[in-house]
Amino acid sequence: MKADFRRGIRHGIPIALGYVSVSFAFGMKAVASGLTVIQAVLISMTNLTSAGQVAALPLMAGGAALTEMALTQLTINLRYALMSLSLSRKLDGTMGTLQRMIFSFANTDEIFAVASSQPGKVGKAYLYGLIITPWFGWSLGTLLGAAAGTLLPEFVRNALGIALYGMFLAIILPPAREQKSVRAVVLMAVALSLCFHYVPGLKSISSGFAIIICAVAAAAAGAVLYPVKEESA
Amino acid sequence: MKWSIFLPYLAVTAGVTYLIRMLPMTVFRKEIKSRFIRSFLAYIPYAVLGAMTFPDVLYSTGDIRTAACGTAVAVLLAWRGRSLLTVALAACCAVALAQGAILLM
Repeated sequence: MKADFRRGIRHGIPIALGYVSVSFAFGMKAVASGLTVIQAVLISMTNLTSAGQVAALPLMAGGAALTEMALTQLTINLRYALMSLSLSRKLDGTMGTLQRMIFSFANTDEIFAVASSQPGKVGKAYLYGLIITPWFGWSLGTLLGAAAGTLLPEFVRNALGIALYGMFLAIILPPAREQKSVRAVVLMAVALSLCFHYVPGLKSISSGFAIIICAVAAAAAGAVLYPVKEESA
Repeated sequence: MKWSIFLPYLAVTAGVTYLIRMLPMTVFRKEIKSRFIRSFLAYIPYAVLGAMTFPDVLYSTGDIRTAACGTAVAVLLAWRGRSLLTVALAACCAVALAQGAILLM
């Protein structure tokens, strides 16, 4: 039990280090969008998701309706439903309903990837060890970025502004290179997104709905053109 | 931001994100039968991140020229399968260098 917990912690530390740097950029962006330091940290402590949090900032700053916020988060974070469903089959008997309710809060892309790649079933000691440092790192990085971001010289802040997007590219491009289907979906989503930014008329649609429309249309087109093979669910 | 405006947003973002993660691990544990839905769910992350990255990345540094340099470096390294941290930091360095170059010109 104790050994499992320690093994979880050991596996969580590299994730936590990555999170500190990425959430630093989020903290800076949050303060630049008009949130206070405490508000930025509260978002990270309760959401624990990069893309969803980044997309929420312009919606908060622009006073978007709560339904738009909810639909945007639903679209962006829908991938977690699939990850939770998949990981659900890998949990052992120590993970009852209450434990699942607690652990699922922290089922991020990276934690899912590490937990799924473990041999055999995984239990609560390992999983709690695994999530604790990444959660702490994500919150700490946000605090540092929100509090110290404005103290940094402008050219450093400008350079850090691209960090989150660099991370997004690192997530989507390797599978896009390997699979024609993913490449097609990404290109369609990007093309639609460019239309929503530059075409008169479409420009007036708010950022939340624009992401929803681009993502749903591109993923649906991908599902029709390139249905996934039976075993890769 | 005023707390009276912020707190409802916080509740909605955290609540929706949590339910998406929690329900499939506790309540709906069945496999999804529809091939279309499984395909759609498999592609949605890439579609979301693609739409969120372009063209926003070009406006992320305050100068479209430095952002273009950072984007080019990030695309190249990500295409070659480098880690998240490497790609993110290299993009930042490329932007910093481009800013320096513009100042010197």
